[in-house]
Amino acid sequence: MKSNLHMYVMAAPLLTAFLVNAWGRSNRKIIAPMVLGALALSTLLAIIVLKQTLGSGSLSYTVGAWTPPWGIELLVDPLSALMLLLISAVSFIATFAAVPCVKRDLEDRQHIFFTLYLILIAGLMGLVLTADAFNLYVMLEITSITTYGLIALGRGRAPLSSFNYIIMGSVGASFYLLGVGYLYLLTGTLNLADIARYLPALQGSAAMATALAFILVGLWIKMAFFPLHGWLPRAYSDAPDGAGVLIAPLMTKVTIYLMVRLMLTFQSPEFLLMSMDVRTLVIWVAAIGIICASSLALAQRNLKQMLTYIIIAEVGYMVGGAWLANDQGLTGALLHIVNDALMTLCLFLAAVAISYRTGGLGFDRLKGLYRRMPWTMAFFTVGAFSMIGIPPTCGFFSKWYLLLGGIEAGQWEFVVALIFSSLVNAVLFFRIIELAYFSRPEEGASSEHLPLERQEAPWSMLTPLAVTAGLLIVVGLGTGPLVDNVIRLMIPVAF
Amino acid sequence: MTPIVSIWPLAAILVSLLGALPILLANRQPNLRESWTILIALVKLTIVASLLPGVLAGNSYIFTIAQVIPGVPIELRVDALGMIFALVASCLWLFTSIYSIGYMRALSEHAQTRYYASFAVAISATLGVAFAGNLLTMYLFYEVLSLSTYPLVTHEQNAEARASGRKYLTYILGTSIGLALPAMLITYSVAGTLDFTTGGILAGKASPDLLALLVILFLFGFAKAGLMPFHGWLPAAMVAPTPVSSFLHGVAVVKAGVFAIFRIIFDILGPETLQSADLGSLITYIASVTILVASMVALTQDSMKRRLAYSTIGQLAYMVLGAGMLSATGMLGGVMHLAMHAFGKITLFFCAGAIYVATKKKNISQMDGLGRRMPITYFAFFLGSLSIIGMPPMGGFISKWSLLLGAVEGDQLILIIVLLISSFLNAAYFFPIVYRGFFVPAKEGEAEGISEAPLFCLVPLSLTALISLALFFYPDTLLKLARMALGL
Repeated sequence: MKSNLHMYVMAAPLLTAFLVNAWGRSNRKIIAPMVLGALALSTLLAIIVLKQTLGSGSLSYTVGAWTPPWGIELLVDPLSALMLLLISAVSFIATFAAVPCVKRDLEDRQHIFFTLYLILIAGLMGLVLTADAFNLYVMLEITSITTYGLIALGRGRAPLSSFNYIIMGSVGASFYLLGVGYLYLLTGTLNLADIARYLPALQGSAAMATALAFILVGLWIKMAFFPLHGWLPRAYSDAPDGAGVLIAPLMTKVTIYLMVRLMLTFQSPEFLLMSMDVRTLVIWVAAIGIICASSLALAQRNLKQMLTYIIIAEVGYMVGGAWLANDQGLTGALLHIVNDALMTLCLFLAAVAISYRTGGLGFDRLKGLYRRMPWTMAFFTVGAFSMIGIPPTCGFFSKWYLLLGGIEAGQWEFVVALIFSSLVNAVLFFRIIELAYFSRPEEGASSEHLPLERQEAPWSMLTPLAVTAGLLIVVGLGTGPLVDNVIRLMIPVAF
Repeated sequence: MTPIVSIWPLAAILVSLLGALPILLANRQPNLRESWTILIALVKLTIVASLLPGVLAGNSYIFTIAQVIPGVPIELRVDALGMIFALVASCLWLFTSIYSIGYMRALSEHAQTRYYASFAVAISATLGVAFAGNLLTMYLFYEVLSLSTYPLVTHEQNAEARASGRKYLTYILGTSIGLALPAMLITYSVAGTLDFTTGGILAGKASPDLLALLVILFLFGFAKAGLMPFHGWLPAAMVAPTPVSSFLHGVAVVKAGVFAIFRIIFDILGPETLQSADLGSLITYIASVTILVASMVALTQDSMKRRLAYSTIGQLAYMVLGAGMLSATGMLGGVMHLAMHAFGKITLFFCAGAIYVATKKKNISQMDGLGRRMPITYFAFFLGSLSIIGMPPMGGFISKWSLLLGAVEGDQLILIIVLLISSFLNAAYFFPIVYRGFFVPAKEGEAEGISEAPLFCLVPLSLTALISLALFFYPDTLLKLARMALGL
């Protein structure tokens, strides 16, 4: 069906970005209402788009009326509509917490921050909307470059961490572009659906395999798939708090979505995307990555750094699940994209609220937090349980599908890695819960039960955190409809 | 059995979950807070009891909460087995709530609001385990139970509580994620369902080797049942306030573990399937080792609560042993022991707490001559220990007799010997306590001014002791439920 509704979802933050830059310089008070207004609009529209796609299949819009395969096509089907809703909702929620942080950290540069912030969101939306391989590259770079900028706005080592990320990110982008170049040479088209049509004829071609390998490696660098993850921990933990709550939940997840999308588009009964050996290899790497990243998370002494290693481990979950290439594994990977985005958002919102009150996230600052910030910690605990995989939080259900996929495919190394990582997550989070529950900030007073001063986070941070924690349980209980109505539809019979 | 769609099972679970809110809000008004607790406990017991006649008439009540996995919704189903556990738990929660008031106030414990709220969540999870209609739902509530009891175990918030809390979670969460979860997934991928079905869901679908693997993963995966070597959390958890030890570590938590194993043996793996793969002896041997070792360790403990904890480990293994006999009489004995032990053991824990409140004494060696000062408490303790040992006229006799009959019918000489030795050991670790209390005179001046604990403590412990006695004379309802649960 032809429609341009999904175009507006993306246009809202993009256009607002320019307005924020133009007017926000002189009048700081209007920045927050504008950003929130634009994202609220996006979220509403995304809900409508999702409803429409569920009713009538996919919506397509051709930019400038050039018809595909030559023109640029913006295509939305139920799955990308779900991603669109995820991106707009997550960024809408995150913005509530970002506003006070940015106000404090970047007093006179708020308009710059939020300009980049909105363009990044528009870029992420573009990534899930576009049906064109080269356009994907453009959007990928838009998101990356805005992210570099946002991270560099942080304090201390942030510019250096951002520079590291630029180098790795650019290498990744080059790989991807090279791959797309090969594909264009081989097929003469850049429209993804069109490319998929030519692929069966190229089965077994070395050039084809090279092209796909280049594209995959490029995406793997961008999503920080082990062992290409080196840039992520510092980049994410040095980013300003306001940027972290947006980047951490969305960036890696959207890139993984892209990989799955390409796999789903290219795979067909006539064309086998990758041989069994390659698949097994990728799953092994994912399993090793999960185990290594989880172990590294154990070595961290700072909440945010610990969370960044958990993100890397989670990337392994999703890549591994997707490459199991069976029904359960793909369902698990796609479901986990949604769930992990929400879990990471919940934990980062809590972390930001904590650092807003205590001034840091080193483990020694977490002592006695259950008394000082009881509500923040309650919601943090819900997020932690979801990461560990305790039902009925959503983290359990996607892990269920991933594990089931691993068992059905007979990839036991993946199953073992997932269980190991769940156990490590339990250790990681209960270590923090212990610190916050038992220890007191002052030395030597641990046996007394004097009430500590309450320093609860401001409402603007607590409300989004509460909503996200609630979502974790709601989405968990809604797993059945989500899988049946959206995710399962998109997995072709080839799997 | 006709399934009836009914909201009441959900209501029974929710009443205490939502009830945690008014408890939290009444933070600064202790009387109001405790009134809420008692009121919620009463409402809960009423709801559960109101479902009993229907269950006895052969009905089952179902309610689907959410569709999550194809073929495995989050679903509640009240059947006879669940009814036994739910009745015992909600009845004893009422007594524990009353007892808590006496205990917590007498010791001026801190953070009582958190205590009552966590307790309310824990009992919700317990009923969830009892009323779960499939394995996934049970696992869900089992995990919620583990986590909601963590603040109760670590209530004191000192270094010892911290270490015990860590041990508690390592054992309980580690085994449920590391062993039970994969076992559940394997079962699902083989059987395509996780519904509790009389006779099991794996008949003809799994090889004997796979069944043996599943038995081991499930037995140890539900470590709340305390089978050795995954028993260490239970003695450590004794650092909690005594009402917690009484209710959670005498009834709700540990029995949730045994109940889970019952469900696995009766309704997932299936007794006949296990019989044909000859796996009954695997279960009974694991249980026998636990029974004997735990009873012997209990002999060496001087701390009252630790002795009771090891006794619990041994008695829990009795229940698993009964289920593992796979014969009608044996399984019946196992199920009956779940209820009988609950009333007996909670009495003993209540008494230990009453002694602590009255004298601040924790060790058995210091308890000389206390029986003359606290005759009611000590008499209740005597009745409770008789029930656990399995002597008439106490309820424990009925279940242990059934277990023994099961072993005789099955011609399993080793099990008969294990049961007899263990009963002897039970007597050996309980009677000295009673003897010291009544017949060894107290040291000079030590017993001065000691009298019975507050009435809030004394009444519940007398009532549970009397119920234990009554169950010997009127076990019919319980027996009928147990027979229905086993499809006899």
